Order: sequence, then structure tokens, then C-alpha cells
Amino acid sequence: MSWDWNVVEDFMPRFWDGVLVTLQALVIGTLIAFVLGLVWALAQRSSQAWVRWPVTAVTEFIRNTPLLVQLFFLFYVVPNFGPSMSPLTTGIVGLGLHYSTYTAEVYRAGIGGVPVGQWEAATALSLSKGRTWRAVILPQAIRRVVPPLGNYVVAMLKDSPMIATIGAFDMLGEAQAFSNETFTTEALTVVGVAFIVVAYPASLLIRALERRLVR
Amino acid sequence: MMSSEFFTTWFLPGIWVTIQVTVYAAALGAAIAFGIGLARTSRLWIVRFVAGVYFEVFRGMSALVLMFWMFFALPLFGWQLVPMWAGVSALGLTYGAYGSEIVRGSLAAVAPAQREAGVALNFTRWQRLRLIELPQAWPEMVPPFNNLLIELLKGTALVSVITVADMTFAGNLLRLGTNETTPVYSLLLVLYFVLAFLITRGMRVVERKAKAGIGQTPQKTGFITRKLSARGESVQAGSQSAGGMG
Repeated sequence: MSWDWNVVEDFMPRFWDGVLVTLQALVIGTLIAFVLGLVWALAQRSSQAWVRWPVTAVTEFIRNTPLLVQLFFLFYVVPNFGPSMSPLTTGIVGLGLHYSTYTAEVYRAGIGGVPVGQWEAATALSLSKGRTWRAVILPQAIRRVVPPLGNYVVAMLKDSPMIATIGAFDMLGEAQAFSNETFTTEALTVVGVAFIVVAYPASLLIRALERRLVR
Repeated sequence: MMSSEFFTTWFLPGIWVTIQVTVYAAALGAAIAFGIGLARTSRLWIVRFVAGVYFEVFRGMSALVLMFWMFFALPLFGWQLVPMWAGVSALGLTYGAYGSEIVRGSLAAVAPAQREAGVALNFTRWQRLRLIELPQAWPEMVPPFNNLLIELLKGTALVSVITVADMTFAGNLLRLGTNETTPVYSLLLVLYFVLAFLITRGMRVVERKAKAGIGQTPQKTGFITRKLSARGESVQAGSQSAGGMG
């Protein structure tokens, strides 16, 4: 086995294209996951059983089935009776949807972790419902929620190469295409190293956040 | 719709392959989780350091990229792996790294007085671990291991990408053959959900046994739900720490 730096150099421009696509998927996917997760979490706290039950069932189903198969489903099945999306859009929607079921649990635990006494105190002070959430519950819930949410962003980064399997040109997609064209494997190694280089500082950052926020 | 011939030649063996990959990867992952998890509590800094590096590298790695690398790049270094073993090793190595954090965290959560009592009774380090710490840490490990096992089951779908004929691979073959996508992928999702459900039920039994072993009764939980309690999530935030699962 010979390692050829020239191959790496040839791959670099396409690597950066891939990085951009991966980042795009990650950022938009994260936004979807954070917002949709909050929707699921609030729906699961609803007092109406007909809202609570279906939402719980759907999120449990999505969380317990593989993202890869969900991506295939979105890409090959949904166009039969719905909108047909580009590989990248499908990937973003899939990532966001899949991880929203995880973030829902995080929000649920964060809100549930606020001591009951806090709710009672807010009632005793006759704070309005909006004021209770804004001034009492959410500030305390946020502290518990941020570190695990950060963890899921890193987890999403590591799952993002799956969108290459439906033809998106993220880091792995670019590496695969390049390797097939040139019969080399250096590109795959570069991508593998890139993941560690990004994920390690990110996890250090989350640990620092955790120390600051969770006391 | 899928013919019965296709079903028996590809789909049923595919389910079996998925189960096999899950079991082998879980066995490899468990061995690594305990090995690395214990090494990270070692007294020698060099052992802790090496185990820590392993943990950071494989937790930072995407399982799919690692699998591709083992399948396509490793042969050029002179090791040709059978696709299935490339998949099993990639899954076992990554999920073992996550598991090591569970082992380390649960061992650290055993009350210090228990360890001190062991010291006072003149137990060796190994005796302490085997007779005092692990039996108390084990029930704490089971629920997070259940979550990890389900992540692993979901991860096995990735082996279809490196041509291992698991059930996702069978589903993709059928798509290419017939263009009938709706029934295939719906069936696949349901099958994975059923397998995940069976794992959760199985682990519930293990947990009950483990808790009974140290004289505790497990708290009652819902039928399907494997939801983390509020405490579970905050413990996860505290001990499982950055990087998350998956």
C-alpha cells in the first residue's frame, strides 16, 4: 500500500465541496430537529389524549427504525404520492425528522426536570401562563437541555454521510465518486480523519458547556 | 407485490443476516465496552490514556465512513475482510466505544463507601471489582445498554451499503427489480420496529433479574415505552457526556 499525497491534493477541491454540503445538511437538519422536536414535546404534554397518543406513537416509531431505511422511504416511496425531492433535500428532511424524535425526548426531560415546587410557586404568585413559562420554567429547563442537544448535533454530523447513499454529494459522496473515478482510496481516509478532527473539538466544547450550565 | 419466491430467497435470509450482524456486533461491542471501560478506570495513566484515545477516536468517527474505509481501503493495506465482518467490526468498534462510557460511568456511580469497605476487608483490586463493584454497577448499565443495542440494530442497516445481504439489501434489490417501493420499505420499517421492540422487552427481563440480584424492584414502566426518565436524561447528560449516541 502506498500513500500518495498527490491524490489527496487532487481530491481537496471536491472535499471542500463535500464539506459545504455536509454543513448545509447539518445546519438545516439541526434547525428542523430543534423546532420539530419542541412541537413533538409540547404535543406529548397536551391534555388531549387524541393529540398525545398519535404523536407518541409516531415519534417512537421513527426513533426505533433506522435512518437509512427512512431515507430510502423518503426518496423512493414518498414521490409515489407526494412531492419528489432532490437527494440533498430528502437527506435534510430525513435527518431533521429522525433527530427531532430524539430532541423531543430531551425537551420533555428538560421541562419535566423542573421541580414541581417551581410550578406551584408560580401559581401561588398568580403569574400568568405565559409569564410562568418565560420567567420560571424555560430558564431552568434550558440549562438542562443545551448539553444533550449539543450531543445530538454531533450525532447528526456522524449520521450525515448516510445521505450519500441516496446520491447526495456530501463528504462521503464526493469521496466515493472520486475513489471510483481514480481507483484510489486516499479520499476515504481523508474523510474519516476529517470526522474525528471535527467531532473531537465539538465534544470538548459540549463538555465545557455542560460544566458551565449544569450545576 | 413481492413474489413468494423472492421472499424466501432474499427477505427471510435477510432478516436472519440482520439478526446475526446485530448479535455479533453486540458481542464484539460488549467485549470492547467492558475492556475499554475498565481500562479507563485503571491506576496506570498510560492505560487510561490509551483507552481514552480509543474512546475519542471511535466515538468521533462516523460508523458508515469507518465501514466504507474497512471495506474499500483496508484491503490495500493487505487485509481483505469478508463484507459481513467489515460491517460487524465497524459497528462493534464504534458502539463498543459508546458502551465503554456506560461501563465507566456506572462503575464511577457505585458508592465510594462500597469500594472502601472492600479495601478494609483486604480484597484485591480484582476481587473488589468482581464481587462488589460490578454486581452493583450492572443493573445501572442495563437501561442505557438497551438504548445502545437499539442504536446498534438501526446501525446494522448500514451493512447493506457494503453489499451484505441483510433485509435492507433485500429491500433495495426488490426496488431495483420491480419498482414496487411502497410495500417493501413499509415492511422494512415495521420489521425493524418489531426487532427493536423485542430487544426492549428482552432487556426489560434482564433488568428485572439484575435488580432482583441486588434486592431492588424495578419501577413500573409503560408497555412499549423505553423512554428515559427525567433522571435518566440528566444522568445521561452528566455521565455519557459529549458525542452522544448514533
